[in-house]
Order: sequence, then C-alpha cells, then structure tokens
Amino acid sequence: MWAALTLQAGYNAALVSLGAAILGLAAGAVGAFLYLRRRALVSDAMAHATLPGIGLAFLAMAALGGDGRFLPGLMLGAALTAGLGLICVQAISHRLSEDAAIGAVLSTFYGAGIVILTVIQSAGIGRPAGLEGVLLGQASAMLASDVLVIACGAAVILAVLWALRRPFAMVAFDAGHATGLGLPVRALDAALLALTLGVVLIGLQVVGLILIVALLITPAATGRLWSNRVGVVALIAGGVGAVAGYIGAALSAAAPDLPTGAVTVLLVFAIFAASVIAAPRGIPARWRHGR
Amino acid sequence: MTVRGLTVSYAEGRALENIDMRFAKGAMTAIVGPNGAGKSTLLKACLDLVPRSAGDVQVFGADFASMRARVAYVPQRAAVDWDFPARAIDVVLMGLYRETGALGRLTLPLRRRATEALARVGMADFAKRQIGALSGGQQQRVFLARALAQQADLYLLDEPFAGVDAATEAAIVDVLHGLRAEGRSIVAVHHDLATVPAYFDRVLMLNRRVIAEGPVATAFTDATLAATYGTALPHKVPA
Repeated sequence: MWAALTLQAGYNAALVSLGAAILGLAAGAVGAFLYLRRRALVSDAMAHATLPGIGLAFLAMAALGGDGRFLPGLMLGAALTAGLGLICVQAISHRLSEDAAIGAVLSTFYGAGIVILTVIQSAGIGRPAGLEGVLLGQASAMLASDVLVIACGAAVILAVLWALRRPFAMVAFDAGHATGLGLPVRALDAALLALTLGVVLIGLQVVGLILIVALLITPAATGRLWSNRVGVVALIAGGVGAVAGYIGAALSAAAPDLPTGAVTVLLVFAIFAASVIAAPRGIPARWRHGR
Repeated sequence: MTVRGLTVSYAEGRALENIDMRFAKGAMTAIVGPNGAGKSTLLKACLDLVPRSAGDVQVFGADFASMRARVAYVPQRAAVDWDFPARAIDVVLMGLYRETGALGRLTLPLRRRATEALARVGMADFAKRQIGALSGGQQQRVFLARALAQQADLYLLDEPFAGVDAATEAAIVDVLHGLRAEGRSIVAVHHDLATVPAYFDRVLMLNRRVIAEGPVATAFTDATLAATYGTALPHKVPA
C-alpha cells in the first residue's frame, strides 16, 4: 500500500494514480465555479445523460467492425446525449422548476442507457466486457493512452477555466450587474457547462458517471469552508480533488477489488468532514462566533 | 436617457405599458410608485435585463448597447447572495471589468480606483472584510462603490435606501449629490415618499404607466400621489 502511494507499485498503478489526480484537480476547480453558480445538480443530470450515448456509440463502433470500446468514440457518444439531456433540462425548466426538470431528465436518460447496455450484453454484440465500468469507474483498466486523454483534456479545461475565471465569478455573484456591464451571461453559463461536460467525459473511466458529481461538488464545498475568496476556493477544491483522486487510485491498486471511484468519493467526503470541524467557516468556529 | 413606447409583459400580464419618458441630464430623478408598479422592471428593461415586448431606449443620444460603458447599475441588495466568497474590494473590482477584460491584469491604477471608490462611500477600512460579515448598510455602500469605480455618467439605482441604517442613508445621499454636482445623472427607485423632496430634483410617478413626470415641485403633488397609489390611502405631499 505504501508502495502504491509512492508510485513504486509498478508502472500501471502509477499511471492510474496520476490520471486520477489530474482528473480530481480539474473536477475540483471546475466544480468550485459550478457550486458558486448553483448549478451542481445540473452536472448530475448531465453525467447520467451520458449513458445512452455510451451504449449507442458502442453499438455504432461494433457495427462498423471495431471492438466498440474505443474511449474517444465512447466519449463522443456520451457528449452527444449529455448535450441532448441539457437541452431537455433547459426546455423543461422554462415550464416547470429546474429541480423537476433535472429529476425527470436524469432518471429517463439513465434508464434508457441501462436498457441499451442490457441489450448489448444479452445479445452478445461486440466485446462488451467492462463496458459497465463507465457506471462506477474502472481505473485499474486504464491504459497509458487513456491517461494521456485525461491529461490533455484536463489541461484544456483548466486553461479555459483560468481564462474565464473573472467573468465566471462575476456571473455567479451578480448576473444582473454582469449583464449590465455587457458580459454574455448565457454564453458564459454554456461555457461553464461545457467545461463540466469535459470533466464528466474524462472522468468516465476513473470514477464513472454516477459518482462524478461528488468529485465536482464536495471539493468545492470543502474549499468554501476554508476561504472567502473565489480563487482560493477553486485552488483548494482542485487540491482536494487531486489528493483524493491520487490516494483513491493508489488504495484501489493496492486492493484490486476496491472500486476507485467509490473510494475516491469517500476520501473526498472524509476531507470535507474534517474541514467541517477544523475550518474557519466550520461548525465549531461558527459556534465560537455565536453565528 | 430617453425611453419610447416601452412595454414589458410577464406571463401574468403587462408589467409596463407604453412608457415614454426622458431622464434629464445632470439631474437626480426618483421613480416612485406602489408595489408591483414596475419600478424595478423599468430599470431592468432599460438595461436589457428583461426582454422588452416593444419600445426602445436611448442613452446620451445613442443605442443603449453602445453606451454601456457610461451607465452604472446598482441592483437591489437582496438580489445577490452575500455569502459569496469575496471581500469588499473584490466586489468593487468587478465594476472595473470593462477595463481589465477576462485576461487583463488588475493594474495598480485600477486597484487604486477601486480603493478610492470604497473610500468615497466611507468603507476604506472594510476593503478586506468578507462581504457576508458586513451590515446591510455597509453592503449597500459596497454596491454603490462598485458603480462609482465604473466612473459612469448615468447611475441607475434600485432601492438604494432599502433596509439601510440612517448613517448609510446620509452617506449615500451625500455621494449621489456629489455625483450630481459633477454633472452626472442619477435615477433611483425610491420608496420613502417623505424624503423625495429633500433628496431628488425630479420624480417619475409610475404605476404600470407614467402617471406624472417632471420637477418635484410640479409632478409630486397630492393629486399625482392619489393617481399613482389609488384613492384608498391618505396621500399628502409630506410637509
């Protein structure tokens, strides 16, 4: 176990730990802005809406003669139905409240995805072994090329996030004032959701689509407990995500039956729980200040 | 600022009907009217924050979009979550976005401008204070400082005196009168009828449509008050 934590447990374990750490960094940093803009649950709907796209992409690639598990292909399919799910959320929330829209879209798309995956597996199309890994992540099966995809994706996501950090913060704090200054609020919201989609996609193999929301939101909530500045909140959130991703992957490499995503999410929660007790904005500190 | 034929509709019906008016340059104008009269909606429609179903808005003789840089908006304090992770100075710096852009550096002159804006509203000592730890009046002053940092020529304020302490109200009035003395124009949604004559030069009486508009002495009368608020309540121009 110590060997895994210090990258001494072999090439593949080291690779997986690095991939998970990079993913955690991107998820935490993007999640901080999502959390401040109060769009946390939209990311959950988006993540669940990737599943039918993954199934359909697998079918399409198997029909074309591939083995169907080519990661970029699966990510493309995932992005398409996630985008469709988002459009549905927007359309429904014009008439109903957003939470109703999220609940309806999340469950319907996820149900459709499960049906497609079940058909694939029972009909024996292609080589579907391991395809269900996208649900809860299957980090130990990652290849060097997968880690490269994650690293490049995370680099692009973090670069765009850094470039837009100021308008993102302004829109999250006061969208009315930002509009008055001429900021394209709708386009910025769309950009933030696009970054979130990017995180979901590169996270499919590491933590899976069901638990990615925890990696987006819990680090952000942790960062908020420690700091009163947007930039610092985002840095702490990214750090928490990276540390939890790294240790989670190392632990699951040391005990191969442990699912990486679930372990990572529990680690994030452990850091959050410790922060609730110890952080300046934690509960005991609030009691001391009589708030 | 000139508004012509402005109409705003919500799902429940018309919020504003065919508003025609001119906010005079270098004057301080109050928008008064009962709850639901469309006072805030009028400001928001002028700023393109809510869709207009008809009408157009011109600022300094040109389309609003091209004159954005000369207009500063102070939303209602209750419109934002003050638990947001920012310090007072961070909020004021947001007013300088047009100068910095997304990637630009917050240069020393810009930071100085933000600090001066805070000082002008008497909040220099609170620059590094978390905004959630400020009182309502102090939060309102930070909002005003963000607008001051923009160095605009037209200031649109939505209920700047709502829920603030007497000291803040006096400080805000001082700042607004200072702006007027510099030849800048101010339009504020205002609730307290008693202070209209003391604070403002002009008044717009609004109840979904323009009831009266003009200098306080002629437009703010018992008759226009009754027409604006209905006849059920006693309406007297405050002595």
